[in-house]
Amino acid sequence: MSEPKTETVDVNGHPCRVWRKGNGPKIGFLAGFGGLPRWVPFLDRLAEKREVIVPSLPGFPGATGHTLLDTHLDWLIAVRQLLSKSGLDGADLAGSSVGASFVAEMAALWPQSVRRIAITAPFGLYDPKEPPADVWAQKADAVAGLLCLNEATYKDMKAVPSGANSVEWPIEQVRASEAAARVFWPLGNTRLHKRLPMIEAPTLILWGEQDRLMPRSYADWIKRSVQGKSEIRVVKDAGHLAELDQPDAVAKAILEWMA
Amino acid sequence: MKLMWFHLMPYTELPDDFRHKHPSVWVDIHSSLFDPKRAHLMYNDFMDELEYAAECGFDAICVNEHHSNGYGLMPSPNLIATALSRRTNNAMICVMGNSLALYNPPTRVAEEFAMIDCISGGRLIAGFPVGTPMDTCYAYGQNPSMLRERYLEAHDLVMKAWTEKETFSFDGRFNQQRYVNIWPRPVQQPHPPVWIPGGGSVETWRWCAEMDYVYCYLSYYGYKAGAATMKGFWDEMDRLGKDRNPYRAGFLQFVGVAESRSEAMERYAEAAEYFYGRCLHVDSRFASPPGYNTEATQRAGLESQIAQASKAAAEENGKDKLSGGTTGTTAGSRFNMVAREMADIVERGYVVVGSPKDVIEQLEHVAKTLNVGHFMLLLQYGNMSKELTKYNTKLFAEKVKPALSKLFPEWEDKWWPKPMAQSTRAALPAFQPGAIAAAE
Repeated sequence: MSEPKTETVDVNGHPCRVWRKGNGPKIGFLAGFGGLPRWVPFLDRLAEKREVIVPSLPGFPGATGHTLLDTHLDWLIAVRQLLSKSGLDGADLAGSSVGASFVAEMAALWPQSVRRIAITAPFGLYDPKEPPADVWAQKADAVAGLLCLNEATYKDMKAVPSGANSVEWPIEQVRASEAAARVFWPLGNTRLHKRLPMIEAPTLILWGEQDRLMPRSYADWIKRSVQGKSEIRVVKDAGHLAELDQPDAVAKAILEWMA
Repeated sequence: MKLMWFHLMPYTELPDDFRHKHPSVWVDIHSSLFDPKRAHLMYNDFMDELEYAAECGFDAICVNEHHSNGYGLMPSPNLIATALSRRTNNAMICVMGNSLALYNPPTRVAEEFAMIDCISGGRLIAGFPVGTPMDTCYAYGQNPSMLRERYLEAHDLVMKAWTEKETFSFDGRFNQQRYVNIWPRPVQQPHPPVWIPGGGSVETWRWCAEMDYVYCYLSYYGYKAGAATMKGFWDEMDRLGKDRNPYRAGFLQFVGVAESRSEAMERYAEAAEYFYGRCLHVDSRFASPPGYNTEATQRAGLESQIAQASKAAAEENGKDKLSGGTTGTTAGSRFNMVAREMADIVERGYVVVGSPKDVIEQLEHVAKTLNVGHFMLLLQYGNMSKELTKYNTKLFAEKVKPALSKLFPEWEDKWWPKPMAQSTRAALPAFQPGAIAAAE
């Protein structure tokens, strides 16, 4: 697994890290809850076929500026700028969890800005009969198991690498959780359901078969709501962040959809 | 120094097996444990106790705000403070306080506090806490990433509402109001004294210094755990060039007085063990919402953890008289470390117990070491009965308070309320239920 090229783009005066790797038509990826403190195998799978571009959302690892964003509109504009400055205008776009919510929003609000999209268990919806789990009210040792079927996968991704700053690294991980909270606290409900019918782009809806955070019924809700062609793929042996549990299967499904 | 009598208003009938059968006293405590008819009696006992403390001569009586909480039955301390204003005369009314970010619009706080100040004749101390994670982020659904920004903006709005003479517009990040013009206005001018309960964050200390507010460290873990925080506070005041006036600070302490130490241990064990065993049984999943602690506070905590690990051996010896407290860096870690049994509770300094002479010695030591001019005393805690609460209160008022009141004569308390002169204040008629009907 080789390292990606790292650059930085400016959003509202704050730096946001952008990773690039591979050749071919561009595909963007917005990370899920907790962000990506390090490069992961899933991105390598995408980079084998495409130029994968991974901008970090404000407040996620590698980026700051979330504290300037007070409203959902602030967030949507910031993400639109981030994608544009990362060179993703008109490209295929994938996202997971928190990132998937923004992918859906971009497709709904700026239809010309995306080609095809793939969203894995997006935040943003709320059904009182079947609410999402409260990711911010967990005992510290329960978070990894809520996000990944194999908790070691998440823990390893979040573990302090040798040589990293042992104070700043954990702060960066809390910041990622805070950034997600800033958008989605307390219920995760941004009323995304109101905008789903505006999505015209072909939409792949991915869901970890054992997602303990986001109810599976939301996949059907999304499929019923979007205008464009859509398909649900359930990922076996995967939790909420399916791309971490099953990098090969998720990358394969996305690449097939975008082909 | 000032001796202030503080009530948390704990529900006194949580079951014996509460800690084992229920996940938390806070946020999702089950409604089946609450009996409103029993609470009727509790509220009335608690208000009797506060009024009794005022009669006994305590300098102030204090109430605070909690939500969805089995040990704090005051979602609105303002309701209690208003009732107390009508049944007391000399004691100050300390509302410790209103969590500013929870009020929409925050001018509600400016209005209600002005009402209490008017009704009490200028006896209000206005406390402005950020509020705990459990109260603000979980019970009240506030966004932890915006809580402090909202708090600071609400503070600015309340202060302007109190002091600006003309109707004004407020265009904040989180609050917009075209017409701000509160009626009533506070008796105390330009505004009631502002006290800030806070944890050990440098930002809060600096802010209190800058604004000239009293900083209060309200911990349930007593003087041993509080020593490091108060040292940090005074070190920061030194750096900022502020004097060491002890009235810049307030400190909470549980106390149990009896004729002897052994009698005090016996009398107060049940109530203390009820408080630390049941009332402080808080689910740690509600303790650390991301963003609640600033990054500077997280950084200080992480750095001190690293420092603590390296000097752990030295601390184990416990040679320092003020070491050995409960000093976790987050509410969650502290909840997990709580001592639950009386001997340990006393050993760690959560509760100061003893004869009047013992208590004077210990509290004098604490007051001088921590350099605090305002003691907020919990003389009722847990399931302590009204009878025992009154005993503790009276004994403290008669035998302990006079000695402690003499401390710090060289300093002026510039942060104490300035009530209207007695002669200009309304007479409080005695309460005579049924008197009018009988006369007619």
